[in-house]
Amino acid sequence: MASNFSIKHQPGFTAIAATCFIVLYLPIFVLVIYAFNAATSTSEWGGFSLKWFQSAWQNTQVIDATLLSFQLGAIAALLSTVFATMAALATTRTASYPGLTFKYAAINQPLMVPEIVTGVALLIFFSRIKIFTGYSGLGYLIAAHTAFCIPFAYLPIRARLENMDLTLERAAADLYATPWKTFRRITLPLLWPGILAGLMLAFVISLDDVVITEFVKSGGQDTLPTYMLGQIRRGITPEINAISTAFLLLSVVIVTLFFFISRKRD
Amino acid sequence: MPDKPDRNAIEVVNVSKIFGSGEGQVAALDTVSVSIRENEFFTLLGPSGCGKTTLLRLIAGFDFPTAGEILLYGQDIAPLPPFKRPVNTVFQSYALFPHMTVADNIGFGLEMLGKPKDQIKARVAEMLKLVKMEALAGRRTSQISGGQQQRVALARALAPQPKVLLLDEPLSALDYKLRKEMQIELKRLQHETGITFIFVTHDQEEALTMSDRIAVMSSGKILQVGSPRDIYDRPAERFVADFIGESNFLKADMVGVSGGRATVKLSSGVEIPATLPEGFNPNGKVTIVVRPEHAQLSAAGPAASLSGTVENIVYLGTDTHFHLRLAGGEAFIVRRQNSRGASDGIVQGGQVGLLIGNDAAQVLKD
Amino acid sequence: MATAEEVAKAAERRDVRDRWLLSAPALLVIFLAATGPLLIVLVYSFLTPGAYGDVKWQFSPESWISVFMERDIFDDTLSIAGAHVTIFLRSIKLAVVTTIATLALGFPTAYFMATRSEKTRDLWLFLITIPFWTNLLIRTFAVLQIIRNEGIINTILLKLGLVSAPVQILFTDTAILIGMAYVYLPLMVLPIYASMEKLDFRLVEAGYDLYATRFKVLRKIIFPLVKPGVIAGSILVFIPALGAYVTPVVLGGGKNMMLSNLIELQFGQGRNWPLGSALSITVMIIVMVALLAYVRNAGKSGVRHG
Repeated sequence: MASNFSIKHQPGFTAIAATCFIVLYLPIFVLVIYAFNAATSTSEWGGFSLKWFQSAWQNTQVIDATLLSFQLGAIAALLSTVFATMAALATTRTASYPGLTFKYAAINQPLMVPEIVTGVALLIFFSRIKIFTGYSGLGYLIAAHTAFCIPFAYLPIRARLENMDLTLERAAADLYATPWKTFRRITLPLLWPGILAGLMLAFVISLDDVVITEFVKSGGQDTLPTYMLGQIRRGITPEINAISTAFLLLSVVIVTLFFFISRKRD
Repeated sequence: MPDKPDRNAIEVVNVSKIFGSGEGQVAALDTVSVSIRENEFFTLLGPSGCGKTTLLRLIAGFDFPTAGEILLYGQDIAPLPPFKRPVNTVFQSYALFPHMTVADNIGFGLEMLGKPKDQIKARVAEMLKLVKMEALAGRRTSQISGGQQQRVALARALAPQPKVLLLDEPLSALDYKLRKEMQIELKRLQHETGITFIFVTHDQEEALTMSDRIAVMSSGKILQVGSPRDIYDRPAERFVADFIGESNFLKADMVGVSGGRATVKLSSGVEIPATLPEGFNPNGKVTIVVRPEHAQLSAAGPAASLSGTVENIVYLGTDTHFHLRLAGGEAFIVRRQNSRGASDGIVQGGQVGLLIGNDAAQVLKD
Repeated sequence: MATAEEVAKAAERRDVRDRWLLSAPALLVIFLAATGPLLIVLVYSFLTPGAYGDVKWQFSPESWISVFMERDIFDDTLSIAGAHVTIFLRSIKLAVVTTIATLALGFPTAYFMATRSEKTRDLWLFLITIPFWTNLLIRTFAVLQIIRNEGIINTILLKLGLVSAPVQILFTDTAILIGMAYVYLPLMVLPIYASMEKLDFRLVEAGYDLYATRFKVLRKIIFPLVKPGVIAGSILVFIPALGAYVTPVVLGGGKNMMLSNLIELQFGQGRNWPLGSALSITVMIIVMVALLAYVRNAGKSGVRHG
């Protein structure tokens, strides 16, 4: 044994890790398999079928909710990424200045509060504004989603920026590039992977949200998650499995992209 | 170049740079003045933290001086941002743009200056040829070796034909052999382009080999400016003597001065001539410096300037170091070049005499 | 022409101003749609409930009293509000147990991942990241399908003859716990892995060289060095677990309320916005206390490396 002594071995750890990965994936596999179940009940296997995908596709509520989710996710991700990029540029690679700590705290504040509390707070605030202005459009959801997506978008952008060598920007300035040109030609291209990662993270976070949307949405503004929650509360059909499977596929695609982008060094 | 006109490319006038404020205030540069001539290879030499890089950054425009002026051909450039100064830098880390090719890196400065495309292309080709990198023009900068990156960094900084080229320890990341090659290469480039080079290093050997003139810096001040030979043979201060090469320091008494040369009396009572730093006329006790290769060993006796015991003999291949303990208690090292076969009978523990020649000693300011 | 010093001062002022301008949109959005409304919640908690929801603008400490107390309808005496206290305790208990469970599973998993070869490490990271990026509702729904009476667990148990009737897991505290541990596990693994990946295993070697056993190496060397990751993971799990909404709704079936359901109730059928506000602020206070405790703990034994 002495000759095989492994520095990194800890008894039982591999078994626990294996259990973890199995436990993480087993429910997802079951969910996907039942999406192809021909039976109407979710408790028995009635053979392979795509009928639940078909029925979800023909369900206008599902389509509307999906479109709204994507619309909201795209707008919120775009806005939050732009704002987070600006904020990251303003809060990194600098000596401490008055207000810097405040900015860190403010940007990360949405992460520090349970969603239910933010949801309630927005319900109160936005219901007041609705009464005053009479406006009940998508703006409220966009504002809410943008706000809680900012800290997530900020994360990878800031990380990328902090690893970027300021000397490169100095070199550009030394070679007659004005501050704007330095930003366009050096900072932005080098920051791009971080921005893309932030954009995707924000999009997924927006797409994922149930609680805040549930409290903020006006009538007829169901996103896919809030629609699904309503359905699950009423009783489950394999249609939910089908929608979930499609959603899952999207997640896998986005993670894969995210992985390739963030792994790509310089 | 004997016909070189003595125009100053850069004049640093009473420049101070203070970092921090209040209690934590640190003067990185303390009223420094120095003039750098046109077409000269000028080196700022000193240990880390001496202010040499700060001075370079002030000339480049990455920092602004707290006080003083920096004149480029007579015009104060201190308040200008870096992109408005006709001065380029070769960075210690090279700072090549990783998302661009070698050629794009070299052409960047000209592009920013708004030069026409064909002119940029021609100049880039010329630069590639100058640094012998023609074959790698299309490569990413991450795909070339450290030495090649160094050449690209040089070409990039030279391409816009700056009035002054600043080099911030550019050779420190290279291995010994490559560094030696690049020293000669840099000297060649400076000669061919005729651009004024300001070179920052902490490596005394590098400074001595390459420079026309050297400024030795310590604690935010310039201690001495001179040719490599001046700096080595006639260090004005103990720090300079100590930082560059090996030195023996001896206590002595001033006897007299005539024709800019001093006569000093050693502890043994023997009087020897010594050179004086410019404008320095001391009295009484002084310290003199003697380089180890400027003293000779002799038989102990009245003919010797000093005498002592051999404490240690260190054989170094090309030469041998004799570590002596002088009669007055001071340590003294003599370096002697080796030749084959000669055995001179000097042994550890033996008594020897020490000869300090007419041109060997220099009086120090402190 | 301005002197260099004036230029430098002006540049510094301009830099700070630009940095404020650049961060302004993010700060504004967060203030309008996150931080600001929290202050309104605080104000609402001191008002009187309106008859049809919302509030009457009349000061009242009543809702704060009702957070933990009950007023007798007949003689107006106060007594401990058993229902609220139960929900608070259950929520805190479930959040704590979830944190411990995810730590117990997540720490060895992160260790396992960090001790793989460089190439396979990315694959394991990828595998842990997919659930992390998958919709929380979908993952909760997946758990529901596994643990319900007709689900795969009960089917197997019945087929093996281990039980004669399905085990009722769904709509119990256990179900909520399983669900939360399942959905928050990646949040625990990722930060611990991030710390673990930077761990210098030469230190572990040194530990063994100095006669430490495997357990001692784990406890005295590895754990202290990855503690920042453990703390980050615990915070990331505890905060959402305490305020969990989806899991109790889907797996608790609305019978076993958690704090979030209690709060929601006040804004729905309960029509007591001030009480809902006071409860929300209370949740936030619990979170803040937990955060401060963690931060102080982290500060005391702050091991930094990297």
